[in-house]
Amino acid sequence: MSNIPADLKYTKSHEWVKLNGDGTATVGITDHAQDQLGDMVYVEAPDAGRSLKAGEACAVVESVKAASDVYAPVAGDVIEGNAGLADAPESVNNDPYGSGWLLKIKLADAAAADGLMDATAYEAFVASEDH
Amino acid sequence: MTMLIFEHSRTGRAATAQSPFEAADCSDLPADQLRSDAPGLPEVSELQAVRHYTRLSKKNFSIDTHFYPLGSCTMKYNPRACNTYAMLPGLLARHPLGPVSAGQGFMACMYELQEMLKEVTGMQSVSLTPAAGAQGEFAGVAMIRAYHDARNDTARTEILVPDAAHGTNPATATMCGYEVREIPTDKQGDVDLEALKAAVGPQTAGIMLTNPSTLGVFERRIKEIAGIVHEAGGLLYYDGANLNAILGKVRPGDMGFDVIHMNLHKTFSTPHGGGGPGAGPVGVSKRLEPFLPVPMVGYDGDEYHWITEKEKPQSIGRLSAFMGNAGVLLRAYIYARLLGREGMHRVAEYATLNANYLMAKLRDAGFDLAFPNRRATHEFIVTLKKVEKECGTSAMDFAKRLLDFGYHAPTTYFPLLVPECLLIEPTETEAKEDLDGFIEAMTKILEEARTTPEVLKEAPHTQPVRRLDDVRAARELDLAWKAPAA
Repeated sequence: MSNIPADLKYTKSHEWVKLNGDGTATVGITDHAQDQLGDMVYVEAPDAGRSLKAGEACAVVESVKAASDVYAPVAGDVIEGNAGLADAPESVNNDPYGSGWLLKIKLADAAAADGLMDATAYEAFVASEDH
Repeated sequence: MTMLIFEHSRTGRAATAQSPFEAADCSDLPADQLRSDAPGLPEVSELQAVRHYTRLSKKNFSIDTHFYPLGSCTMKYNPRACNTYAMLPGLLARHPLGPVSAGQGFMACMYELQEMLKEVTGMQSVSLTPAAGAQGEFAGVAMIRAYHDARNDTARTEILVPDAAHGTNPATATMCGYEVREIPTDKQGDVDLEALKAAVGPQTAGIMLTNPSTLGVFERRIKEIAGIVHEAGGLLYYDGANLNAILGKVRPGDMGFDVIHMNLHKTFSTPHGGGGPGAGPVGVSKRLEPFLPVPMVGYDGDEYHWITEKEKPQSIGRLSAFMGNAGVLLRAYIYARLLGREGMHRVAEYATLNANYLMAKLRDAGFDLAFPNRRATHEFIVTLKKVEKECGTSAMDFAKRLLDFGYHAPTTYFPLLVPECLLIEPTETEAKEDLDGFIEAMTKILEEARTTPEVLKEAPHTQPVRRLDDVRAARELDLAWKAPAA
């Protein structure tokens, strides 16, 4: 069973969002997503300053199996992309909720993450996909 | 492992019989362009060079030696006759800048190929000029753009692409300056019509579809899809990747498509890939006809002539110096002539029959099908998700183990929608006994997965190289051989 931390919000496209409490949020892909994709060989995180709409492709994760877009779970401006992933894409596999984070966003709307799934709902969603 | 030719090198060794008689005169080259040290070429004897390359050639894996069920690639046999006739001296020695009057035979072949491709796809007009499938796709979407631009309908910014599509489709749309919007597939493998209805609008430039789709099933509601997209003012693009399944049976033009590209290396038996010369002709409906790439071949009932920008001022232009790759187009023409109208029908019939035979037999052997309720087209998908869970052996392990049995692995992990999948396409050119041999090998490997899974995980056991570390190879890319420090 994959790791689904209780304090995060989730999307159907398998991103996680951590609300940092200061109007910013950290975004990455879930443990389930990294497990499905396999060993990462390249990660392209966005540059600071980019303005994102919710659902917009904002990063690319490339594994030995596939290259996949990562979608912005919430709207906002990119404060920072995780530059460390350029040399260590495996962080996304080893520590998806920690050093494998992809980007930090300044939220356009404080309530933007309200519509996302909580851990229980995401767990049920993953189970339903895994029919 | 085979040594590189550089590793055979010994200073001063040479095959003098191959040397030029006299050194080239470089006195007219600027001094700063002359090299100061000798080039790092391997120094070997003639026999060493002959042995090295002969050994390498024996390691080739090809359709001429083995079954090659690589899904979505249509690895069919290329009849030798196509090669022989395309190399007739008159065709081989023709110069593309020679006078039209001296190339009437070649141009007649090309005109007839245009006509035959029109007939078999149901399109209004065909241009042979795209020099590969990718260029055909590019030309196709460029024509969609040219059409909307010509009508001053410039607010159309989106191309719709189903999630089962070939990876090249979103790449092509992006290259042509469009945003890509993905359309989901339903559980039966058809495009989700409700999602499509919700996605179309005044921003829709078109949709790119493969039919049969990459899921190995025929898109049954294609007429409805065409209606929805046309209603919104968008055009329909047909990716010819899977044309082999429907050749002479169903025509993209009749399904409502406005533009199609054909991969002659798949459907019309020209040599495959490796970055070599290709051919990706495009066919269009009436409204896209003015935008076709040039040159094309015309016929006035007496003589063949080039159709250029002069006759087609709205053309998207030229895609290469001449009309694509003449030698490849000739092979496709000869293949089509060898088949004839009857033979063309049989291609689709046997490709589909072989795929369905293989699918039924593998299901009986205990393999799970991704779409068990659907009839296969020319290819089908096996999913090893359950086997992976129970035995820990992945689709990759099955693929590697097949090499030990003398089979090229099917396409693995594509389409991305189906977990642990093998996409299997036998083509029409395999005999029943060859299909039975493959079924036997697959059955044996499934048995091994249950009893001795380590045999799969360590496969291949019989190949020149064992399992490669593909993660390390991708992370630490190292493509150039460097001489060891002396």
